[in-house]
Amino acid sequence: MKSMLLSSALGLALTATGALAQVDENAPQGGAMAVTYQDDVATLDPAIGYDWQNWSMIKSLFDGLMGYEPGTTTLRNELAESYEVSEDGLVHTFTLKDGIMFHNGREIVADDVKYSLERVTNPETRSPGAGFFGMIDGFDTWNAGEGEGLSGVQVIDDKTVEITLSRPDATFRHVMALNFASIVPQEAVEEAGEDFGRQPVGSGAFRLAEWTPGQQLVFERFEDYHRAGVPKLDSVTFNIGLEPTVALLRIQNGDADIPGDGIPPAQFLQVVNDAEYEDQIVEGGQLQTGYITMNTQMAPFDNVDVRKAMNMAINKDRIVQMINNRAVPANQPLPPTMPGYDEEYEGYAYDPEAARQMLADAGFPDGFETELYVMNVDPNPRIAQAIQQDLAEIGVTAEIRSLAQANVIAAGGEADQAPMIWSGGMAWIADFPDPSNFYGPILGCAGATPGGWNWSWYCNEDIDARATEADAMVGDEAAREDAWRQIYVDIMEDAPWVPIFNEQRFTLHSDNVTGDDSLFVDPVHIPVNYDYIYSTGAQ
Amino acid sequence: MWGYLLRRLFESALILLGITFVTFVLLYLVPADPARQIAGRSATAETVANIRDQLGLNDPLVTQYWRYLTGLFQGDMGRSYLQRAEVSSLIASRLPASLLLMVSAIVTELIIGLTIGVVAALRRNRPVDHTLMILSFVAISAPQFVIGILLLYVFAVQLGWFPIGGYGTFAHLVLPSVTLGLLGAGWYSRMMRSSMIEVLNQDLVRTARAKGLSKLRIVTRHVMPNAILPIIAMIGIDIGLFMSGIVVVESVFGWPGIGQLAWQAIQRVDIPVIMGVTMVSATAIVLGNLLADFVAPLIDPRIKTK
Repeated sequence: MKSMLLSSALGLALTATGALAQVDENAPQGGAMAVTYQDDVATLDPAIGYDWQNWSMIKSLFDGLMGYEPGTTTLRNELAESYEVSEDGLVHTFTLKDGIMFHNGREIVADDVKYSLERVTNPETRSPGAGFFGMIDGFDTWNAGEGEGLSGVQVIDDKTVEITLSRPDATFRHVMALNFASIVPQEAVEEAGEDFGRQPVGSGAFRLAEWTPGQQLVFERFEDYHRAGVPKLDSVTFNIGLEPTVALLRIQNGDADIPGDGIPPAQFLQVVNDAEYEDQIVEGGQLQTGYITMNTQMAPFDNVDVRKAMNMAINKDRIVQMINNRAVPANQPLPPTMPGYDEEYEGYAYDPEAARQMLADAGFPDGFETELYVMNVDPNPRIAQAIQQDLAEIGVTAEIRSLAQANVIAAGGEADQAPMIWSGGMAWIADFPDPSNFYGPILGCAGATPGGWNWSWYCNEDIDARATEADAMVGDEAAREDAWRQIYVDIMEDAPWVPIFNEQRFTLHSDNVTGDDSLFVDPVHIPVNYDYIYSTGAQ
Repeated sequence: MWGYLLRRLFESALILLGITFVTFVLLYLVPADPARQIAGRSATAETVANIRDQLGLNDPLVTQYWRYLTGLFQGDMGRSYLQRAEVSSLIASRLPASLLLMVSAIVTELIIGLTIGVVAALRRNRPVDHTLMILSFVAISAPQFVIGILLLYVFAVQLGWFPIGGYGTFAHLVLPSVTLGLLGAGWYSRMMRSSMIEVLNQDLVRTARAKGLSKLRIVTRHVMPNAILPIIAMIGIDIGLFMSGIVVVESVFGWPGIGQLAWQAIQRVDIPVIMGVTMVSATAIVLGNLLADFVAPLIDPRIKTK
């Protein structure tokens, strides 16, 4: 993960590009790998799966029109051979590759694209990803359960599909690379019905060979995959039901290659400092920010100076230290690996003295009492305690409300319930590597509704307008990135959040598997990119 | 006897009905909206409303409960919100593993518990007795999670005798059974010890000794069969204990049973699955108690059925 700049060279018409500099496309094929997980896989239906466990699995079983260069956030054509965009940025015409196959042996045609996009946006499907497709013309009526389909998606011929947007949207190609935009065969979906998530049929590098609930899943190489030489491994086995501590024992014993749930926090220092694992731990950034929200519609957080004082009161370095340096301190909403991150921006420096003064000037010389909501899974309650102590320093008494994840999310979605929330364990990790993904639901006016994710209930209509404008800037990536950079810096002037840190990823792998480091901390495949990792034993 | 049986069956059915109601209301009151869970964080308010409507979550509690109950009587436990699969098939696919583990744990706790109890009773108030009773106390008080990890570390990692978690062969079964059975073994050893001591002091033992029977014969033929009776009746009641233990043990050993299913469903607020697992375990506990009630008079005629 050295360079994560979104390619600005993406012109209006692109064709599939050749090999990558970083990732060895010619790595040998063969061998197998075992990945452990504690929880059973909820579903492998690309229209429904939306957690960090099945996200990467679905990426290996399914393909969409667009995808990413392995180990990077650079878009590339996947099932699309090429595509063109009209002058006004509204009409996107995709041409499919020749001879691409589903796992069931049928060739993929343009009708499959239309079917798949209509399926994910059909209200009957109840897809958590339907909202991403809002820019496609006809979405509103179709998603409301009216009409005969998604009118913006038209099949021109077997190889060509034309997608019309209702507004120019620079994120559209990222949306077409989401799992939710995976191409699925209608006959297999209809045959399996509600069980498609257990019997997935896609066109990805692997196909599902076996699934024993609660025990294991086996992915096998798809021989007719459209990229020659991919995947590298013959098979990947997912062993399910293994508690992270037990998973680590398996890795140490050589019975498993990658702990899918990561290194357990209790053993983290011991493993990281062990010379034996020196070459087997890969560290990388993550498109994640941990932050405290302050409800801007509840007193005293309706006062911007109070929110600024809070920003100066928290010792972020100490919090990062507390979680064994598995993160870097943050000063703005975007993580450093996201395009649009402002490296010059200094944010609010830690200064309890100035914070206390600011609070006094704002009319709270004796501080105030408030509540801090937090998810009840380690390390979050400990982090909340550190925040509590820092706030006590400036005279603010915060009572900690430690609840189950769903309850904290529910409290955040109420206008007058949670004055402060520590986001750890819940929000926010980007769905796709684009700066807009840190705005709409969590900082925009649209998210400040009951049941929404904008827990600050922050709504600045001027910034909302600028965000819409920035997303319409199709074709000039650099200007668009600048626009977003300025938006986030200006948001920090309103200080609806205290950004705390950006999590780092530490992926442990056995010496049985290898590949470029970027594959083990792939920004869109978590924990790892299953398709390109190869076996050290393969010839 | 038949009247008693019918009445107990009727009572059990009432208890189960009560459990469905209490569980349903409790889950209804949880301040987490399942529709929001399903809709995910990128959903619009319309999407959430639409999902709530499709799942019938806007209906009044009574309507929802009645719908669930009528479904239940037709063997339909609904579909998992998250996995979309039928709850009955999810449970059916996991029940055999849990039953196997439970039976095996019962055998384990009986073998360990009864042996320790007999030895301790015969060596009453001697160092052997004290040591065994301290050990049984440890078995009762130690958290099953810790015992499980400890056994895994010693016998699977260090000694390599057993696989590190998983399911499939007899070797996979040993460590989880011991972990789950150890708690019961602690209880049974203490009960067997006191039960043995009680029988040893009875007249029949003195008579047997007077007849000149060997000590081994007295213990195996006269004392143990009498001492074991109250314990057999306990096994049915034990099932409740197992149901809670199974969640922990299955998660440590990666055992694909209903405990694991329940744990994951709770974390993800998958209400139909939580309801289903609760009903299955409640049924198992009620049946276990029922069984205990019927077996007790059979093995000890002094207990009368009314």
